[in-house]
Amino acid sequence: MTAHNVVAAPKSRAEHVQKVSASCGVEAWLVESYAVPLISLEFSVRGGASQDPAGKEGLANLLAGTLDEGAGDLDSRAFHRAIEDLAIHLGFNADADSLSGHFQTLSRNAPQAFQLFAQALNAPRFDEDAVERVRGQIAAGLKREAFDPETMAGKAFRKAAFAGHAYARPTRGELSTVESLSRRDLGALRARVFARDNIKIAVVGAIDAVTLASRLDALLSGWADKADLVATPDTEIASVGARKVVDLDVPQATLRFGRPGLAKADPDYFAAVTVNHILGGGAFTSRLFNEVREKRGLAYSVYSQLHEYDHCPALLGAAATKNERAGETLDVIEAQCRELSEAGPSAEELDKAKKFLIGSYALRFDTSTKIASQLVRIQLDGYDPSYLDERNRRIEAVTLEDAKRAAKRLLGDGRLLVAAVGRPEGIASRG
Amino acid sequence: MESIAAISLTPNVAAPAPAPAAHAATAVSHFTLENGMEVVVIPDNRTPVVTHMVWYKNGAADDPLGKSGIAHFLEHLMFKGTKANPQGAFSNHVAELGGQENAFTSYDYTAYFQRIGKEHLATLMRFEADRMNNLVLTDEVVLPERDVVLEERRMRTDNDPSAQLDEAVQAALFSHHPYGTPIIGWKHEIETLSREDALDYYTRFYTPENAILIVAGDVEPREVLALANETYGAIPARAEPPARRRPKEPPPRAERRVTLSDEKVEQPAHERLFTVPSYATAEPGEAEALEVLAHVLGGGPTSVLYETLVEEEKLAVSAGAYYLGSALDDSRLYVFSTPAEGVELETLDAAVDRVLARVAASEPGAEALQRAKTRLIADAVYAQDSQVALARWYGEALATGLSVKDVASWSDRIDAVTAQDVRKAARKWLDKKRSVTGFLLPVTNAAA
Repeated sequence: MTAHNVVAAPKSRAEHVQKVSASCGVEAWLVESYAVPLISLEFSVRGGASQDPAGKEGLANLLAGTLDEGAGDLDSRAFHRAIEDLAIHLGFNADADSLSGHFQTLSRNAPQAFQLFAQALNAPRFDEDAVERVRGQIAAGLKREAFDPETMAGKAFRKAAFAGHAYARPTRGELSTVESLSRRDLGALRARVFARDNIKIAVVGAIDAVTLASRLDALLSGWADKADLVATPDTEIASVGARKVVDLDVPQATLRFGRPGLAKADPDYFAAVTVNHILGGGAFTSRLFNEVREKRGLAYSVYSQLHEYDHCPALLGAAATKNERAGETLDVIEAQCRELSEAGPSAEELDKAKKFLIGSYALRFDTSTKIASQLVRIQLDGYDPSYLDERNRRIEAVTLEDAKRAAKRLLGDGRLLVAAVGRPEGIASRG
Repeated sequence: MESIAAISLTPNVAAPAPAPAAHAATAVSHFTLENGMEVVVIPDNRTPVVTHMVWYKNGAADDPLGKSGIAHFLEHLMFKGTKANPQGAFSNHVAELGGQENAFTSYDYTAYFQRIGKEHLATLMRFEADRMNNLVLTDEVVLPERDVVLEERRMRTDNDPSAQLDEAVQAALFSHHPYGTPIIGWKHEIETLSREDALDYYTRFYTPENAILIVAGDVEPREVLALANETYGAIPARAEPPARRRPKEPPPRAERRVTLSDEKVEQPAHERLFTVPSYATAEPGEAEALEVLAHVLGGGPTSVLYETLVEEEKLAVSAGAYYLGSALDDSRLYVFSTPAEGVELETLDAAVDRVLARVAASEPGAEALQRAKTRLIADAVYAQDSQVALARWYGEALATGLSVKDVASWSDRIDAVTAQDVRKAARKWLDKKRSVTGFLLPVTNAAA
């Protein structure tokens, strides 16, 4: 029995990853394991909502929603029944930068399951009634969230942060744009992004390299060689220091905040990861957790994170507090950013952050689906499997001086772009 | 429209899945310490990681009258430290060891868990055993945390009309039993919860004989038992395990409808909840029949509700059902749908009636029955990929009156459900008198 202990060997995680090259030219990363009779596959193609043509916002999302609504000679109902008969997990998702898919099957059903998956990828029918049905579901979702404070805050934040850029546009579109999407639009987008030079793919489970190579050929040999993508320009979070208040009659104000982050390729990136952990990344240990929640009882949820837009490194965060204490909460958050920027973290804080980040890396690899998704992420970021070993060494190498420098670069004067939804006292729109 | 089966100490953690699983493939060990604490060890040798959980057999349904929310509030307060390990010491230590932690409260249980490298298991057990017996609370930490819980309630419920409807529907469904009270508590009662209330509740329920230890991961059962004896075993037994005496719900006799209109609603929604037996209260085979029934009726895009209301009649854009079988007392089966553009909820309501009547009148086809069973049983195999999922299922089962054997035999029992069982369950339990229907509506001019 081969354990899929990508995390087991303290010496090397990377050595458990096989690069499998299919004749069609696509390379997949495989972790072969027979401990559980399952196969998990995850893939991602560049070109999510950022590829939606103007006025057709929501197209990538609709494509993700319709790929499993009938394919080949199976209409929507027949396709769903075939999936259920084999108890396959299959789904697609679009975000700002990419369209991804996941697929999981019991290994005993692998041949038929891969065949259905191939049909969804290569021969989606986009039948009129199925497209209408999914369109109706997306529209209902948009309406359901029309007055959801978190959705509204995210939207207001993106609008101010990314004015004029693709990232300002809603991934799932607006009611009016979703209405305008056609079957032909779906086919056109699919043809542009489903290309062999544009896919990252990882497989974990009960399958060997030779079998996987032949399955990949069956899945992908019909795809175009090259994707036809509209370039997304690099951008930076704008309007730092601005306040965007959206009025909503609710007792609690929902805050989204952010400022520019550091790119993954930046030499200070890993130092910035430790700084973010200290600021608002650590669930029970961060400064924001201690100052906003633990000491003052201002919020249930408060955090920050380094966000992974492909073309905009960002530090993003959120909190929710009753309207009466919204201004106070924001003051505490900005003061924490300023303080960390000015004085930097303490040696003890940095040491603890590094220990957590290094020790907890293993927890990202304890299920097949999590391993597959990590391996795709690493490929999207342009790394080799050696990153699996390199990553903790890079964290370990961060010095106090590095962290102080990264804190200054990341947090600057501590000012934030803030979107607030509710009736927040002490926060007024500006900028 | 998911109901909240459990709520967590911090956001971004998935609530436990509301379905049991079978897990016969791996050898699960089950012990009882001398002080009465149960121990379950689930081997998963794929990665050198361990999941450590302590479940207490008490939850929101055990909140004393007038003290709703105390089980959940205490869960937050369990992070406030002990004499030996003051506030933050446990969490800081877990973080330094690269571990992740959280806690959650449901109606029938409260649980604390960490995921960490296996070499740190003994450390976790020492800390967790310490806070089973030695919690220290002062007003200085209790009062700000009560504000945190009130913010949590605002976020989950007071800011969200559909959550408010759900609260009202549950309250109507359980007119007497505490499942009708929200887990987080009513706002006016949370506001009065004190340090003394928390300590009283802690003293009553946080005892070894009321606790279950679940360890899943790359561990040897004998070693876990030895560690458990050293740590949890050192806590003296208090007495008999605390009895859970909850007021019993009278037989439902009237169908009920609850309507909520709000300016913040743009998309109407329909839900119907039935009181039905749980795995713990059902006659043999009945809960399994309800599980299969819920799946045939509303488990995904091949279900009767979806194919009828969404695909054929085009009255809804989504429709489904699920059975919340893991509960100590009689539980609920949910039917939910979202109307298509321009369809009145009354029209959809009548259509739901028709589908339910049909399911009660005729047996499911052989293919549909097999499809539902295949999916339910396969999901138990998929669960073997996640030690957290397995640990949660065992914990949930044991905390709601089931045994390790019950979990192991679940797949076989699901497989044994016949078409006749499904129809009988539908006829008996999907009786409208047993239900509450919830309408979520925008504010119309007529109503304004």
